[in-house]
Amino acid sequence: MSHSLNLQLKVWRQSSTNAKGHFQDIVAKDIPETASFLEMLDIVNQRIITEGSDPIAFDHDCREGICGACSMVINGKPHGPEKATTACQLHMRKFKDGDTIWIEPFRAKAFPVIKDLAVDRSAFDRIMQAGGFISVRTGSVQDANNLPISKEAADSAMDAAECIGCGACVASCKNASAMLFVSAKAGQLNSLPQGQPEKHRRVLGMVKTMDEAGFGNCTNQFECEAACPKEISVRWITKLNRDYALATLHDAVTAPLSTGGGGD
Amino acid sequence: MPSDTTMNAKIPSGPLAQKWSKHKQDSKLINPANKRKFSVIVVGSGLAGASAAASLSELGYKVKCFCFQDSPRRAHSIAAQGGINAAKNYQNDGDSVYRLFYDTIKGGDFRAREANVYRLAEVSAAIIDQCVAQGVPLAREYGGLLANRSFGGAQVSRTFYARGQTGQQLLLGAYSALNKEIARGNVEMYSRSEMLELVMVDGHAKGIVVRDLVTGKVSSHAADTVILATGGYGNVFYLSTNAKGCNVTSIWRAHKKGALMANPCYTQIHPTCIPVSGDYQSKLTLMSESLRNDGRVWVPKKKEDCSKPPGQIAEDDRDYYLERKYPSFGNLAPRDISSRAAKEACDEGRGVGPGGLGVYLDFADAIIRYGHDQSPGKSLPTDELQRLGKAVIKEKYGNLFDMYERITGESAYEQPMRIFPAVHYTMGGLWVDYNLMSNIPGLHVLGEANFSDHGANRLGASALMQGLADGYFVLPYTIANYLATQKPGSIKTDHPAFKEAEKEVAERTKKFLSIKGKRTVDSFHRELGLLIWDQCGMARTREGLQKALKRIPEIREEFWTNVNVSGTGEQLNHELEKAGRVADFIEFGELMCIDALQREESCGGHFRTEHQYTKEDEAAKRGQAGEALRNDAEFAYVAAWEYTGDTAKPALHKEPLEYEEIHLAVRSYV
Amino acid sequence: MSALFKSLSVFLASSVGKKILVALTGAALVVFVLGHLIGNLLIFAGADAINEYGHFLQTAGHGALVWVARIGLLTCVLIHIVLTIKLTKENRAAREDRYGYSHTIQATKSSRFMIFSGLIVLAFIVYHLLHFTLHIGNNYSTLTTSIHGETVHDVYRMVIQGFSWWPASAFYIFAILMLCSHLSHGVSSMFQTLGLATPRTWPLLQKISIIYAAIIFIGNSSIPLAVLLGFVK
Repeated sequence: MSHSLNLQLKVWRQSSTNAKGHFQDIVAKDIPETASFLEMLDIVNQRIITEGSDPIAFDHDCREGICGACSMVINGKPHGPEKATTACQLHMRKFKDGDTIWIEPFRAKAFPVIKDLAVDRSAFDRIMQAGGFISVRTGSVQDANNLPISKEAADSAMDAAECIGCGACVASCKNASAMLFVSAKAGQLNSLPQGQPEKHRRVLGMVKTMDEAGFGNCTNQFECEAACPKEISVRWITKLNRDYALATLHDAVTAPLSTGGGGD
Repeated sequence: MPSDTTMNAKIPSGPLAQKWSKHKQDSKLINPANKRKFSVIVVGSGLAGASAAASLSELGYKVKCFCFQDSPRRAHSIAAQGGINAAKNYQNDGDSVYRLFYDTIKGGDFRAREANVYRLAEVSAAIIDQCVAQGVPLAREYGGLLANRSFGGAQVSRTFYARGQTGQQLLLGAYSALNKEIARGNVEMYSRSEMLELVMVDGHAKGIVVRDLVTGKVSSHAADTVILATGGYGNVFYLSTNAKGCNVTSIWRAHKKGALMANPCYTQIHPTCIPVSGDYQSKLTLMSESLRNDGRVWVPKKKEDCSKPPGQIAEDDRDYYLERKYPSFGNLAPRDISSRAAKEACDEGRGVGPGGLGVYLDFADAIIRYGHDQSPGKSLPTDELQRLGKAVIKEKYGNLFDMYERITGESAYEQPMRIFPAVHYTMGGLWVDYNLMSNIPGLHVLGEANFSDHGANRLGASALMQGLADGYFVLPYTIANYLATQKPGSIKTDHPAFKEAEKEVAERTKKFLSIKGKRTVDSFHRELGLLIWDQCGMARTREGLQKALKRIPEIREEFWTNVNVSGTGEQLNHELEKAGRVADFIEFGELMCIDALQREESCGGHFRTEHQYTKEDEAAKRGQAGEALRNDAEFAYVAAWEYTGDTAKPALHKEPLEYEEIHLAVRSYV
Repeated sequence: MSALFKSLSVFLASSVGKKILVALTGAALVVFVLGHLIGNLLIFAGADAINEYGHFLQTAGHGALVWVARIGLLTCVLIHIVLTIKLTKENRAAREDRYGYSHTIQATKSSRFMIFSGLIVLAFIVYHLLHFTLHIGNNYSTLTTSIHGETVHDVYRMVIQGFSWWPASAFYIFAILMLCSHLSHGVSSMFQTLGLATPRTWPLLQKISIIYAAIIFIGNSSIPLAVLLGFVK
């Protein structure tokens, strides 16, 4: 028979973006240790609703670690204490009876809180719209095998592509920087032959949008890499730094005169 | 069978292989200057929705795209693991459009529309080209060419993949195409927006009403055509491998406005999922089917042994039931058969783990076998063989074993995995014609939300193929057949139909919030799900379905009088969102059972216990005992249901399935 | 505005561009710090050696070189400081609400105190320039000696006098410790920001960073210690 836990939760409650938030103490009794962390919150919410109060709002969807919707900081770590694990895949057996657990939203100016633990990560979408694509029209492409790509390059691009866009990198970064996300997305395309024609525009556009969104700056502390549930490497940030310098050089010096500068 | 005038499938004439070419030739065109006058609403941003929104925008149509997730990138297509089929024949192993078509039709147990499936196979190759051009990092060989793997239900290797994340990578490809069009200013994206009503003007679909999930604001959007790409209804079971947000609401709202719902009883149950661990369980997780290549499935022979640790059950006391029942296929028996066999074992009280709902998938023999393979000619002690063997297993399935351990806390290297079947995909959906338009003019339905391509059962790696085929390569050609008949922009949101639909939505919201009952939304959903799972799950009986049909109206009645929805309508309110979805699931579940009850045969994912091959049939070589027994004479049709105002009495319309090219055969994998 | 200036201004306004400049100016300062140390270690070679070295620096290129170096270094320091303060302000602004439960997974202490270690080093530089270059609050400008018949600054005695007062030595050693902390993160970080690190070279770069910082610390603190302990008289 599985054990159950009694926990003290300190949950961030904030009724809307502009409201003032606070930590609420919630006692979570008889939580089965086989439950997932989000199921623990489900159980707590069912009780809150039955008592006539407002349940804790949090984003979640696939609950199998791939959609990137779940976004909470558990005891100071985005997605909680387990390495390479999203909050939805974290299970209560990783906690002990009597533990106090702090549950907070991802905190960043660029991720305003919508309610309680749910935050607005649309800045990521805007960054992607600023260059996170290859401009090919449907139906206008060549046969897939006409473009051989080394296994090494394909595997490396796949390493970057594993990013689920959850934003844990931002939440963990001391500066709320989005460099790991942006570099992985830009790096995936910039390291493939298909992405070469737009590589300069891509990095200039994505970095500009990232900066405008209000994320902080990378100071090479690599908290992001340690917090990333998909273990995206900071080598992508190295590449973005390099690609950005080269793009500026291109834009400032070597680009034909007919094209506008300034990375728009 | 007399043809039904409510629906016309509009299947082009001529030989099967030329139907699509001919249809494209015969389809209407809209000149580029006029295309930009037409507006299109796309609901859903998964593979089908995002690819359609991007492709239509590229053509020049003005697009509005809606999704309930916080980003279009999170649609549940993201969770597909295995791969995507395409008839590329890159392996030189005899694949062809015809073979993919035939495998899909056969896999669907001959209950899909022939012309649609052929077209799907025909456009499959272009999908791979498109995705690679978008930068999707599909797996490669050392020579730099694309790699393939083999998948269930096929004898060729035609599946393309990107690690265990094919769905996410293809979705990110479609999302990037969508972003390109958003950046161009031609697609307006509405995230965290849920469609709550379809708006009909003069019998045509001309818009939707959505609720902004953050502010609660209800707004209307008008367009010249509406496209639903909102996925499947697997969450009617409450527990499924679907994401928590997956719902039937948009297609059910359309159904209640007159769209026919086709084959709702066709649901796919996947045999290898992690079992339920308690009544708080919120979702089921799929383990790749590839595990069955090396794992042996068993349960204890005796009920008394079920509570013992598996290691203490002697070899003689174990029942390797798949190997026993299906000696030729053994542990690799098809999905539906393995799923049912697991259910039978558990029904007999021989299931293992919490609640007795699980069977073992044991790797101990495979570990020893690989240990021997790694040490040819040597006779090593058992623990040494195990060490070597475990390393091989780790290499092959390491990530799956890690995931299993994360969820269950058990190491499948040391003790057998526990698995149980779970709802995974739904083949039924809104009825559509060859143009992917429903019987409501102007309402197009794509991907899992429609019924068209998978018949009664879907083959692995075909869902991604269908979603992208519909969005990239079918609808962009066929949509003009409707739009060319319309005057662009003729309907605006000031039309009274929009006000009326908004009012309906507002009243519904008010109703939910005013009930203030004693039970939570989830408790109703769980109760409904369990009922549907028991009576309309892996095996269905007349008696069970009738029981469910008696119980569902009671649940509905109680729901509308005793549900407790907290909060207000003017804020982010997950309970309110769920309430709307569950209310629709309850009504939909009833239709599902009605459909399952009328289909007096077994086919694919629909298994009626009354209709199976017997031992006598097996002796007479008609089919294997226990296998689904189809009734082609009476049931070779698409059951399309019309809402009549009373959910208990829908009207049945039948689209006969006429096969011009192939002959119906017993679906056998022996 | 020309495309060139537009591109450069975009670069300067961007987070990555600013960091690249911080790394480049940091690189110049890293090189300077090592050169400065090597020169200073001549104190152990005796009075003549270091005095001659000092004289050489002051007169090279007819006295122009020292000014070129001074202006260059000052520019680097200014850019480095202005940009890092700006970056730090942006970083603070990027997270207005702090976490209730704060936790660090792997960021090193030195990486987290870069702005503090940097500001302390800045204060030290100011003091150091007042002390040894501008000779404020002391009579060092009167200390001279002669080499090859020329009257030159007696750097050797300045150092001994300067460090004989233990509070000055203590502050020097503390400041060098801060510099060491700054460098232990800064050197490898520089390669990362300039896009020159790779997963294969990163572990090595980190080691180089720490070894470099250690050399700077040991070398620089050895001088006041040697004075205080009477090894250099």
